[in-house]
Amino acid sequence: MSMMKIPETVPDDIIEDLFVPELVRESRSEEASTPSSSPWKDAFRRLRASKGVVLSAILILIMASIAIVGPAMSKYSYDEQNLAHSNLPPKIPGLQWLGFDGKDRQDTDVYQQRNVDTAYWFGTDEFGRDLWTRVWKGMQISLFIALIAALLDLFIGVLYGGLSAYYGGRVDSAMERIIEILMGIPSLIVIVLFAIILEPGILSITLAMIITGWVGMARIVRGQILKLKVQEFVLAARTLGVSNSRIIWKHLLPNAMGPIVVNVMFDLPTAIFFEAFLSFIGLGLQAPLASLGVLINDGFKQMRMFPYKLVIPAVMISLILICFNLLADGLRDALDPKTKK
Amino acid sequence: MIRFLLKRFGIMVTTLFIIATATFFLMKLLPGTPYSNPDKLSEQQIAMMNQKYGLDQPVPIQYARYMGNLIQGDLGVSLHYKGRPVSQIILERIGPSALIGFQALIFGSFIGLALGIISALKPNTLFDYGSVTLAVLGMSIPSFVLASLLQYYIGVKLKWLPPGLWESYTSSLLPSLALSVIVIATVARFIRGEMLEVLGQEYIMTARAKGVTEWGVVMRHVLRNSLIPVVTMMGPLAVGIITGTLVVEKIFSVPGLGEQFILSIMSKDYSVIMGVTLFYSALFILTVFVVDVLYGILDPRIRETEGGRT
Amino acid sequence: MNRPILAVDNLEVSFHTQSGIVDAVRGVSFSLQKGETLAIVGESGSGKSVTAKSILGLLPKQIASKRAGKIIYEGKNILEFSLRKMQALRGAEISMVFQDPMTSLNPTMTIGKQLMEGLYRHRKVSKAKAAQKAVEMLQMVGIPNAEERVNTYPHQFSGGMRQRVVIAMALACDPKILIADEPTTALDVTIQAQIMDLMRNLQKKTGTAIILITHDLGVVAKMAQKVAVMYAGEIVETGPVEDIFYRPMHPYTRGLLQSMPRLDAPRDEPLIPIPGFPPDLSHPQRGCPFAPRCAHVMKVCNAFFPLPKETHNGHMAKCWLLDERANHRDRLVRECREVSDHG
Repeated sequence: MSMMKIPETVPDDIIEDLFVPELVRESRSEEASTPSSSPWKDAFRRLRASKGVVLSAILILIMASIAIVGPAMSKYSYDEQNLAHSNLPPKIPGLQWLGFDGKDRQDTDVYQQRNVDTAYWFGTDEFGRDLWTRVWKGMQISLFIALIAALLDLFIGVLYGGLSAYYGGRVDSAMERIIEILMGIPSLIVIVLFAIILEPGILSITLAMIITGWVGMARIVRGQILKLKVQEFVLAARTLGVSNSRIIWKHLLPNAMGPIVVNVMFDLPTAIFFEAFLSFIGLGLQAPLASLGVLINDGFKQMRMFPYKLVIPAVMISLILICFNLLADGLRDALDPKTKK
Repeated sequence: MIRFLLKRFGIMVTTLFIIATATFFLMKLLPGTPYSNPDKLSEQQIAMMNQKYGLDQPVPIQYARYMGNLIQGDLGVSLHYKGRPVSQIILERIGPSALIGFQALIFGSFIGLALGIISALKPNTLFDYGSVTLAVLGMSIPSFVLASLLQYYIGVKLKWLPPGLWESYTSSLLPSLALSVIVIATVARFIRGEMLEVLGQEYIMTARAKGVTEWGVVMRHVLRNSLIPVVTMMGPLAVGIITGTLVVEKIFSVPGLGEQFILSIMSKDYSVIMGVTLFYSALFILTVFVVDVLYGILDPRIRETEGGRT
Repeated sequence: MNRPILAVDNLEVSFHTQSGIVDAVRGVSFSLQKGETLAIVGESGSGKSVTAKSILGLLPKQIASKRAGKIIYEGKNILEFSLRKMQALRGAEISMVFQDPMTSLNPTMTIGKQLMEGLYRHRKVSKAKAAQKAVEMLQMVGIPNAEERVNTYPHQFSGGMRQRVVIAMALACDPKILIADEPTTALDVTIQAQIMDLMRNLQKKTGTAIILITHDLGVVAKMAQKVAVMYAGEIVETGPVEDIFYRPMHPYTRGLLQSMPRLDAPRDEPLIPIPGFPPDLSHPQRGCPFAPRCAHVMKVCNAFFPLPKETHNGHMAKCWLLDERANHRDRLVRECREVSDHG
């Protein structure tokens, strides 16, 4: 609009000196075009622009840090029992107004009543174990399981999908048949079956999740590579005699990276959910180990008497899942601006 | 079209067969047979079992018998309930699960569609932000967390609806509500995305350029084209609802199949676990099959190309 | 003949984008007579498509943040029309054909239904009448077995056939103006010629005025009586087709013509591309937008926007070189350069 106004302001008697040739500067026409930037930089800029994504990323970082150092912040370990201090409601000095006031449902101050000096930030369970430590230990275990599961899914999925798509032909259709059948089986069922057969524990839960988890990744990688390998830049590379492995590593994978990263991001909350789900139906970790699912299961049993035992881990797991989902959503939109409306 | 159906049907049967086989051998890996609890079965019953299921025979013969029985709909007998047939247990238990499942599906789809459609038509408004937030919460918060909290706040504290037990129809409302949240969130998100995509298509502009009113554009062009893909959500929704019933029934003490499944896991009643697993898988696979067929009928492009080519 | 059927006066359209406000159309004016064909030519991003879409009010409100100027159709400023009045106009009085026939038809609706949609809306005809008219329209645009084809879906047609269907849809209610937004760009070359022939023949039959948006000067020469050349959201030169082709006044128009292969040119004459890129409309600079790419640029070009200069019979261009002050001081330099350009 600035330009449109200019004609009206052109003085009638522009000094004639201006009507002389200007040296043509070759560079100037190039200046006008927008500066180029890599797709990843673009994506990062879009990602940063979304408040929800930034907030989620910060919250995840905070929760992950507390999950690592949190258990050490309390002087109790996650499995240390102290029956004299059982079933104490949460009490954080200074945060009484938020409900962390050490009072039970009848509004009596249990700490005063039972003469307890230490303030348990998230309260204690029926064995007098410190819930602050247990919740963060649980978060630590949940995150650990999710991370391992996501990484192994990534490894198997990329390998399987990449090989299937790259070699194509009969190899591909045989491998695709297997995937098709595996996709037809509800993963929940497989996970439950394997959780029943294997001894309950961190390793077996992770394993159970990987057995079905890699299929989604393999499909995405296969789809991407199939799409990319017929594109002209790959053809060009091939025509120039570039080796197979170089084509895979330098041309195919970097271009398929976006959807892969997004899928890993979605894998994390899924794994956290399944772990908690298994624990909730009694197939998860065994006492005294605590994951968020175990804590919710324990809390649920005593919900009516001691609601804090349910609410605190429930809020924690919901928060971490919401943050991961928002981050993954944001990443998907940022990497594929076409889908963003 | 017929060839397309046959191919899908073939995949369906193969998948079921593989699941049945895998389940059978997985269960063979586990210690214990129906006889490991001798106090629960009489000598006579054991003899009958042996004759029918061949449990004293080598594994391959057991497998053959098992598959043979399966085709006739016989899923074996419970280890825990004194030889009651698994299929009978499933039939007894399926009613409440089906009730809350369907209620959640219908209620959830209705609300989800409404939220998603309004959101897509009024993007970037307060309503849109609200329903998108709601959808993210519904997708993220695990059903068992939500169900426990609903039970505590609506059932126990506010006493608006019965918090548990299976006494009257109203008992089914809270569990259905808890289950429907995932449906609402999934459907709302999906239809919103689809509609925004369709609204950006050139044929919508063509319709507008013809002078079609906004109402006509939405009803005749946008909705039809965005509702067709919603059919594909039935598979994931079936999984969501099955997953949900397991925990929701446990929480609200609904005497459904999900609660039975968890009870059987607790009591290590392997034949029931196996039977219910097969049942759930079949349900899921059937849903996927129906979705494929429905999609073929609804979308003229699939109808032609798939039917002609494959 | 005197009063134009459509007159666009100083149209401005701005967009909100992530990188700020983009002034996509910046004061465009042109007029269209009954039965005439006007071609709007320009590179992609020059604002020609946006101009076309804003005539029918088809730009989404959330994106098109500002619209100013006038679009006069039969004496009324349709830019100020309510959505309802605009909808009554679309398809009935002014209709539009889009670029890509692969995406401009609804994939889940039979083409017959899509053809009849506009008829129901504007002509209030019975179902049987509309169905009959749909078949007639398909026959008119040269689709064989029209009676059977009305019940088929778009994916059963080839690209060229689909574009014929789109044209039939646009002409179903006998509009007075047809806006064709790059109607052949997405088609094979042989099909392009067929579609152009079809449009010409239909125009003869129906007397519809056409606004043809294109970047293909070959198509312009074949179809149009009048040409408007757009650059960076403005019409930099406009006039009768002969003037534009044989007496171009703006360096940009000359550049376009020199970069186009011609059969009548000597075989060893090279094609001369225009160096550089169109300017970024979100960061407009002072002066003539073409100045950075112009071989004849003067100091004044970078300081002030050129005023329109009109010669005879409506041939107009916006360029400081046409100013008499440039004429007497610079003609020599300019002509020397041109000779060297062609040499």
